[in-house]
Amino acid sequence: MSQSITAYSQIRSSCIKVNGSIEYCDENFITFAEFIKPFFKHLNLGYPKFYKMDPLSKLGFIAAELVFRKINIALYDRNRVGIVLANASSSLDTDLAHQRTIDNRSQYFPSPSVFVYTLPNIMIGEICIRHQLKGENGFLISEKFDSLLLFNYVNELFQHHRVDACLTGWVDLLQERFEALLLFVEPTTKAPAEEPLKVSIPFSAEAMDTLYKIT
Amino acid sequence: MKEVYIAGDNIISSLGFTTTANMDALRSGQIGLNLVTDPTLFPSPLPLSLVDTGVLEEQFREVLTLRGKTDSPQSFTRLEKFFIISIHSALAPLPIVPEDTGTLFVLSTTKGNIELLEVRNKNQFDSRRVFLWEMAHVVRDFFGFAHPPLIVSNACISGIVALVVAFRYLRTGMYEHAVVSGGDILSEFVISGFQSFQSLSPTPCRPYDAGRDGLSLGEGAGTMVLTTDRRLLKGAPVRITGAATSNDANHISGPSRTGEELSLAMLEAMKEAALSPADIGFINAHGTATPFNDEMESKSIALAGLLDVPVNSLKGYWGHTLGAAGVIESVVAVHALEDQLLIRSAGFETPGVPHPIRVISETVEQPMNSCLKTASGFGGCNAAILFERTIP
Amino acid sequence: MEDLIEKLKKEVIEQLNLEDISAEDIDADSPLFGEGLGLDSIDALELIVLLEKNYGLKIEDPKDGKKIFHSIRTMADYITEYQRA
Repeated sequence: MSQSITAYSQIRSSCIKVNGSIEYCDENFITFAEFIKPFFKHLNLGYPKFYKMDPLSKLGFIAAELVFRKINIALYDRNRVGIVLANASSSLDTDLAHQRTIDNRSQYFPSPSVFVYTLPNIMIGEICIRHQLKGENGFLISEKFDSLLLFNYVNELFQHHRVDACLTGWVDLLQERFEALLLFVEPTTKAPAEEPLKVSIPFSAEAMDTLYKIT
Repeated sequence: MKEVYIAGDNIISSLGFTTTANMDALRSGQIGLNLVTDPTLFPSPLPLSLVDTGVLEEQFREVLTLRGKTDSPQSFTRLEKFFIISIHSALAPLPIVPEDTGTLFVLSTTKGNIELLEVRNKNQFDSRRVFLWEMAHVVRDFFGFAHPPLIVSNACISGIVALVVAFRYLRTGMYEHAVVSGGDILSEFVISGFQSFQSLSPTPCRPYDAGRDGLSLGEGAGTMVLTTDRRLLKGAPVRITGAATSNDANHISGPSRTGEELSLAMLEAMKEAALSPADIGFINAHGTATPFNDEMESKSIALAGLLDVPVNSLKGYWGHTLGAAGVIESVVAVHALEDQLLIRSAGFETPGVPHPIRVISETVEQPMNSCLKTASGFGGCNAAILFERTIP
Repeated sequence: MEDLIEKLKKEVIEQLNLEDISAEDIDADSPLFGEGLGLDSIDALELIVLLEKNYGLKIEDPKDGKKIFHSIRTMADYITEYQRA
């Protein structure tokens, strides 16, 4: 049994791409919020919960949204679609925000809506809520993008028949530096379904490296 | 598919620095949660389960000596000391070596060295040390593990996810052995956050009890060494035979309304192990003692057809130890199976969840062959793992 | 009172990140939870922080929150009553 990458999205270097094509670019932003907000509005999702998310979750949410524009998720058993993500900074960007609310004893006001995002897998939760995915979860940490780390984890999920499909990739954000690469992985079908929006790239660590390097 | 055996383990908690010390304390009903007054942790007194700092330093110096290290103890953070002592203790009696390319190293933590963000701790360590990968590399380098650490940070299910990934990698033969270590320390960061959620109980937590009013926090670390090489083991070792995770897809902090998703993970783990509800000896559940978590768990247990199975939570002994919880509670589950012991669910008196789950109210010996260990956490995540005795 | 209500509306929008909603969209008497603004349990806790941070009012029992946070006007009533006390 082999797997293929059938859709992917990239957010990096001021550009947002889906299946390799540029969807949006903006060279003139300073903060991540300034970059992502106009694009979110352009997507016109009617999903006000987005504004409550921390920057890391916003990044992962948008990257996932773009992948699921190419996939007809209604055709899958949502209990068997997994999400496995990784990054280097964990939730440190929001950790720093929470720390600021408790640094000064005379201004000690920890905020639940900040604290809840001080775990990187909250981003997985946000994507699961949006797309009603209930399968396997895993959040991993590595110093740099590590294609083999993700490949092995996802490959084992398929080997153990734990998933029918899996969203995987790298979503990292810290102090206005950000990058995301998300891939949708599923078993390679001999006769590709009539889904013209999909691509078909054999799933391997090398393929992930190639996609990661293309900017 | 290979069989995955538990070869050795360790627990560091308020109840002691070895698995034996912890098991003895649990057996005798000792509670590690104490009212702590420490303004560096929280402005007012709070029941917490803290690892004894004096013993920690003493044990750490001993490990440095035994391993022939000349490093200064000051060059390691509190959590790194937890991990190092725990891994050393678990590996010491075993022929499994970190340097072996067949040995996988998995580390689980939610917040790592988060206390380094505090103003009072600034400049004590390189600022990179707050990154989880940097902390994990310090531990890796100490032991000389052949491979970089596989780091899991998945909220309160982190420890189980770490065991699950090791189980899968060993099962398919990618590695022969795995050292799985989970840990977290208590910090102002974590306590203030849970307090802002108004989820901390003013008294030691009471999982599944009608009067439960929130969780208690604890710190600790645990290590489980896994192997597929039965020749290394004596007697009838416990195996891992099934595992699964799931997501509620409902809310980022509130648990599922139905419990369906945790039950899905439980049923999938049982399916992989080819076990039916009647085969399960006991469930070591998450049992944080927040009203909604325990309610949800009872629904999941009912949905999975496990209402006849005895259930306990260990949170009443040492609180919620976050990234350590999945590992240290699994170590207890494994030893409870070996000792044929149902451990009382501390803090429970009056049933207080919607379904009639069988909460263990008295520590008793009972013949049994398997334990289902579960956890759930922020982000809507759930995990279940099955431990089974090898019948001699 | 009306000044306080207008101020509260702005503070609630800011504290809860209600980007798509302006002060004019919020009716002072309409329920904050349920249908209306789509607030959830984390927002309820966040409103407790708002009262403490901006008005020095501590709500010890979260159950009291239900009454206090029914609408912007009930919040304003609570603030007026306790700041005078």
